[in-house]
Amino acid sequence: MDKKLQPIVEKLEKAFGVTASEYRGDVTLVIPAEKIVAACEQVQGQGFELLSAMTAVDYWPEENPRFHVVYEFTSVSNNLRLEIRVPVPGVEPKLPTVSGIYRNANWRERELWDMFGIKFAGHPDLRRILMPADWEGHPLRKDYPLGYEEPQFTFNFEEIDLRKPYAKE
Amino acid sequence: MTDLQEVTIDDLKHIVSERAVNGETMLLNMGPQHPSTHGVLRLLLELDGEIVVSCIPDIGFLHTGIEKNMEAKTYQQAEVMTDRLDYLNTVGNNLAYTLAVEKLIDLDVPLRAQAIRVILAELQRIASHLVWLATAALDVAAMSTFLYCFREREAVLDILELCSGQRMMTTYIRPGGLWRDVPVEFEKAVRDFIKMFPKRIDQYEALLTRNPLFLDRTLGIGKISGADALNFGMTGPGLRASGVDWDLRKARPYSGYEQYQFEVPTRPEGDVYARYLVRIEEMHQSLKIVEQALNKLPLGPVRSNNHKFVPPPRSEIGVSMEALIHHFKLWTEGFNAPKGSVYSAVESPRGELGVYLESDGDPKPYRVHWRTPSFDNLQAMPLMSKGVLVADLVAIIGSVDIVLGDVDR
Repeated sequence: MDKKLQPIVEKLEKAFGVTASEYRGDVTLVIPAEKIVAACEQVQGQGFELLSAMTAVDYWPEENPRFHVVYEFTSVSNNLRLEIRVPVPGVEPKLPTVSGIYRNANWRERELWDMFGIKFAGHPDLRRILMPADWEGHPLRKDYPLGYEEPQFTFNFEEIDLRKPYAKE
Repeated sequence: MTDLQEVTIDDLKHIVSERAVNGETMLLNMGPQHPSTHGVLRLLLELDGEIVVSCIPDIGFLHTGIEKNMEAKTYQQAEVMTDRLDYLNTVGNNLAYTLAVEKLIDLDVPLRAQAIRVILAELQRIASHLVWLATAALDVAAMSTFLYCFREREAVLDILELCSGQRMMTTYIRPGGLWRDVPVEFEKAVRDFIKMFPKRIDQYEALLTRNPLFLDRTLGIGKISGADALNFGMTGPGLRASGVDWDLRKARPYSGYEQYQFEVPTRPEGDVYARYLVRIEEMHQSLKIVEQALNKLPLGPVRSNNHKFVPPPRSEIGVSMEALIHHFKLWTEGFNAPKGSVYSAVESPRGELGVYLESDGDPKPYRVHWRTPSFDNLQAMPLMSKGVLVADLVAIIGSVDIVLGDVDR
């Protein structure tokens, strides 16, 4: 682990009662959902100015926790990286928003709501962002099938055309 | 597939000001088919006369589900999707994905392959900046710059075609090295480009840098402070034009960038003109890197010898049973990556291009997430465009250099 990162991680470990793990040089802390706002405040206070990425992973059919929400922080001043993972249950997945601390979390959280159906309490504008507003389901969930289009040839063109969903007039 | 939706002002109450609800200001859609939005971006503008009160981007028109698609393909197959993300930085996308896979499976890359990767990534950066310069100048009505920039971009794309057979969707950089070694004409083609290009940059600068019309449209427009830019997750030239010296090639070098001498240009102003100057200087620096990498281009293999992950060369298949087995296994089943997750990022022409890759031990990635720079850079745009004229908003969109394929994935 990086020498500058060590004291920061130790401080966070003590404050939240967790232990860090390391894989291929990426240092990860697993933090419970209710403490994520406090954790983000602390992480920002330690000089991590940039929320580089925010994403989620679906471990379906596992239910508790079904999701991991992953935050990647970057410290521009100290040139460090840190990852925080938050386990979220499958029934009514919900997390407090961090968009008040890192403002780019606003769209990132909208994306997670759109793609995984994870709600963010206190988010100012939790609408779908990439899919159309009236879309049903959350595409990046593992129980959401990958769609495909049937290739049409001359011999079966009309047959497939009949069952194709077109936009209404 | 879906009906048109009617949206009333009540649905927008939480994102527009009180004055829009009362009818004092006007709500106007700009896009999704507007020439200055560089693709399919819709901006909901709240206007007070010609002043932009707020600007609410609406994205997702180019969403193609690349992350979901990549989860359904093996590691090798999934790479083809990466070209289609940010279609102006295809080599850079390949590099970002490949580095993530290499980090996950702990794969070595021969030095020659690393150097060629750097050369191509920097040429691609120049090509991408040229498209940016062309379109951003066109947005402020400088038509001739557009034509000159596309002429030089074609020269870069010719080099990419020389190596990979494709102008844009190259998929040339593969886990463990490259698809194959560069052809013999490569060195001359790159040297010709290095010789020709600095003069061409001077030509663009002669057209724009001290042009009073261009200065009027860019100086002091679309300001953002360094602290705000960081808080909004901005990276790349946009961040550096706000005075923050942050370039992943310098800060967290990959692919041997630490061997090359280059500077990271920054400007303190944070306006449209500063972003222009930073990108122009970046083209000079990229050329410097290309030249150094070409001068000390080592000889040797361009693909790792670890045939558990990298297919053996064609010539070995005819003589070695082992090679045939590896070839067959890799192209039918793919390789099993070890369990775990990594995050790895490169400096794309637009900023930090990160890949989060998680594996559950299967030949297919369990989760791939693309941290695309345009997504965050676009998010900061409303802050830059508070209180500007609509015509200036066009210049600001141009200066942020969004690629909608990069935003929507």
